[in-house]
Amino acid sequence: MSEITPDLVRHLAGLARIDLHEDEVVRFTEQLSLIVDSVAKISDAIDANTPATSHPIPLANVFREDVVQPSLTQEQALSGAPDSGQGRFRVAAILDEE
Amino acid sequence: MSELIRKNASELIEMMNKGQVSSVEVTQAHLDQIAKVGDAVHSFLHISADSALATAKEVDRRRAAGEKLPTLAGLPIAVKDNLATTDAPTTAGSKILEGWLAPYDATVVTKLRNELMPILGKTNLDEFAMGSSTEFSAYGPSKNPWDLTRIPGGSGGGSSSAVSSFQSPLAIGSDTGGSIRFPGAVTGTVGIKPTYGAVSRYGLIALASSLDQIGPVARNVLDAAYLQDAIAGHDPHDSTSLTNSLGSMVEAAKHGSLKGKKVGLIKQLSGDGFQQGVRNRFAEALKLLTDAGAEIVEVDCPSFEYAIDAYYLILPAEASSNLAKFDSVRFGMRVTPEGNPTIERVMAATREAGFGPEVKRRIILGTFALSSGSFDKFYGAALKVRTLIQRDFDSAFAKADVLVSPTAPTTAFKFGEKVSDPLAMYLNDIATIPANLAGIPGISVPIGLADEDNLPVGIQFLAPAHKDAALYEVGAALEGILEGIWGKRMMDFAPKLEVN
Repeated sequence: MSEITPDLVRHLAGLARIDLHEDEVVRFTEQLSLIVDSVAKISDAIDANTPATSHPIPLANVFREDVVQPSLTQEQALSGAPDSGQGRFRVAAILDEE
Repeated sequence: MSELIRKNASELIEMMNKGQVSSVEVTQAHLDQIAKVGDAVHSFLHISADSALATAKEVDRRRAAGEKLPTLAGLPIAVKDNLATTDAPTTAGSKILEGWLAPYDATVVTKLRNELMPILGKTNLDEFAMGSSTEFSAYGPSKNPWDLTRIPGGSGGGSSSAVSSFQSPLAIGSDTGGSIRFPGAVTGTVGIKPTYGAVSRYGLIALASSLDQIGPVARNVLDAAYLQDAIAGHDPHDSTSLTNSLGSMVEAAKHGSLKGKKVGLIKQLSGDGFQQGVRNRFAEALKLLTDAGAEIVEVDCPSFEYAIDAYYLILPAEASSNLAKFDSVRFGMRVTPEGNPTIERVMAATREAGFGPEVKRRIILGTFALSSGSFDKFYGAALKVRTLIQRDFDSAFAKADVLVSPTAPTTAFKFGEKVSDPLAMYLNDIATIPANLAGIPGISVPIGLADEDNLPVGIQFLAPAHKDAALYEVGAALEGILEGIWGKRMMDFAPKLEVN
């Protein structure tokens, strides 16, 4: 009855960039099915006219004066990076060879 | 055990001000207790003994020189390990951040430093604050000092266990769905989630940005009030930070009163299905409130039935977005698969290796809730339920000054009892979640021990947004009545901690 299938879990994990092991796919399919079936009852509580709330405290636009403030140095910003060089974050290739 | 560590924070402040004890003595006494019980309770992921003592020495020197010092100067404190610190690693309980040193301090940490409070160390938590037991910490669980075979609550079980085992007089927590209040309830301590925005979230590793709130963990209401006053206030670095002052919580706690207060008993959270010992203590507490001049009125909050469901869509949705930053590029772990992988494969391998099961579960659930085809039915619907819950609170607060419920359905459970059943684990937060969805403040105050297991029970008060002071007033008043009846403080009931 649940809409959660192993293929969907693999697809979602792909979107979230998590390389799940197959045993995790099996376990998460089972657990997420139970969770999704349970939380689906929220649709009973609402109707088309209920407004949505995305934030608990109403806030108008929050601005500040456009003044330069102290910020991290390049060295500080790179300090936690697994790899860096020439003042930049160093990463693997963005595109594969195809 | 040194008598110093059993003192309330407010007593230690007074003793230091009068020169009866130095900050070095107070700090060292707590470091000694950490050395003694730390391995057994496992509250801390990192201990900063040297820098804590250095701060203490500076306080003693400046006090001796006659300088006027901040209120909490010299009083040690512990900080949950999801707040960024420049002088100690910040892991958020995750392998993916193991050993990471933040390039900046969280605003709350800066405030503690400005207050000249020695920071004893960083406390354990469920990974990225996702959990109710600390069993999802990548570094192993913290233990409940009342019974080491039981959970200290979560996600802030490191802070609650540190304070309840006298390793620290105060601690910082963060509460997204109950992560301060639930640990408070099950360890016999006081925990407060302030109004959303009352305390800056800058430098708090975000779980769900519309729900997260930093707050105090303490052994009594007045001590918590001192800490909230020290950490609250507007911060230009946090665009959701409130611009108005909420007043002095210390004044509110010192003038605790129940006379004439209308206390709303939430029909949906009045204890049906809760553990009998929790219900018994809660019923007695209601009687005490009435005897002290409060009027109990029943309030109906029908949408609370859907609060957990809405929460477990909104939180994973926000978390899946917030945790996208752990991508092996700017900080933390990087795992490079064999061959000549692209950055996408490096990210996926890193996140597989670096995240634990609950984090993966919630990221995938959140990705599902936000994906096209599910969005309206799940995430969109959850946002609408959020409106209904806020309306329930609005009508409840039209009839009552504060609302009341047990903080949690049970006392501390045993390790392993719920860890493989996510839905059972999520139910711990049934009474605490509505406050986060509505952004209102809540407090958990200990009200005694459950008959069947002799473990602590907490009562929760909720107040309208910006009315945090009302929580300190009623919390301190009830605490005072209970301490009068008991002839001692809650933590004086705790069994002696058996450590080798």
